[in-house]
Amino acid sequence: MPILTSLLAGLVFGIGLILSGMADPAKVLGFLDLAGRWDPSLALVMAGAVGIGLLGFAIARRRTASFLGLPMRLPKTRDIDGRLVGGSLLFGIGWGLAGFCPGPALVALGMGQVKAAIFVGAMLAGMGVFELLERRAASSAARA
Amino acid sequence: MSVDWNAFTPTAALAGGVLIGSAAAVFALFNGRIAGISGVLGGLLRPVMGDLGWRVAFVLGLVAAPLAYAVFASVPAPRIDVGWGELAIAGLLVGIGTRYGSGCTSGHGVCGLSRLSLRSLVATATFMGAGFATVFVVRHLIGA
Repeated sequence: MPILTSLLAGLVFGIGLILSGMADPAKVLGFLDLAGRWDPSLALVMAGAVGIGLLGFAIARRRTASFLGLPMRLPKTRDIDGRLVGGSLLFGIGWGLAGFCPGPALVALGMGQVKAAIFVGAMLAGMGVFELLERRAASSAARA
Repeated sequence: MSVDWNAFTPTAALAGGVLIGSAAAVFALFNGRIAGISGVLGGLLRPVMGDLGWRVAFVLGLVAAPLAYAVFASVPAPRIDVGWGELAIAGLLVGIGTRYGSGCTSGHGVCGLSRLSLRSLVATATFMGAGFATVFVVRHLIGA
């Protein structure tokens, strides 16, 4: 059952990305181009998503188990540190270069776009680099 | 700044946003988790038994979204104007950055803001700021 709800959530999320225009990098870049001819659409995507999200998470926050009886695994981290800011900076630069963030890139991959495949491949490689660096840091911390 | 009213699609943007928010809410309430695409993907590169099925299902849902969308309406083709090299660099940055920053547009943007997390607000302001700055440099400083 959790697999099914997960599949459904991914599907509806992806349909929302297509409908909203987020899966179109040119539209995303049109939103990020404040100094050019600005397309404000994506601000409304965020407004719609957070509007519903506020309601959903207000309920989720009060629960100790999910509707399916699973443990609630919502983040507890509150740290605002160099990793958060530095990582978000790198992400924002990449987002501004291509107009793709992770979700829309996967949706565009599903449209059979070769260029989306290039982006997704590079993104997975980047995540792999992070894993390697984290493991190296963990093993040198263990030796110290 | 001049607004490009011809490109502005408020209804589709808001409706798509509502779908995205609904998917994130359903996922939190039923699966007890954050619908953060970079985190879902990143976890696949750090495989833990019993933790893979829902991740694969969510990603499959996203990739299959264009197929489901095509049942109701024709899928708009994404416009990917940047070259392969830029896409590869952008993908790497997005992969590394989202993992160090613990989230992307979905995890920090949609879910984090819905949870009223200050940490996610800082991350979202950072990657959006970096996105605006990057497009400004690429389009108006280099490309001018």
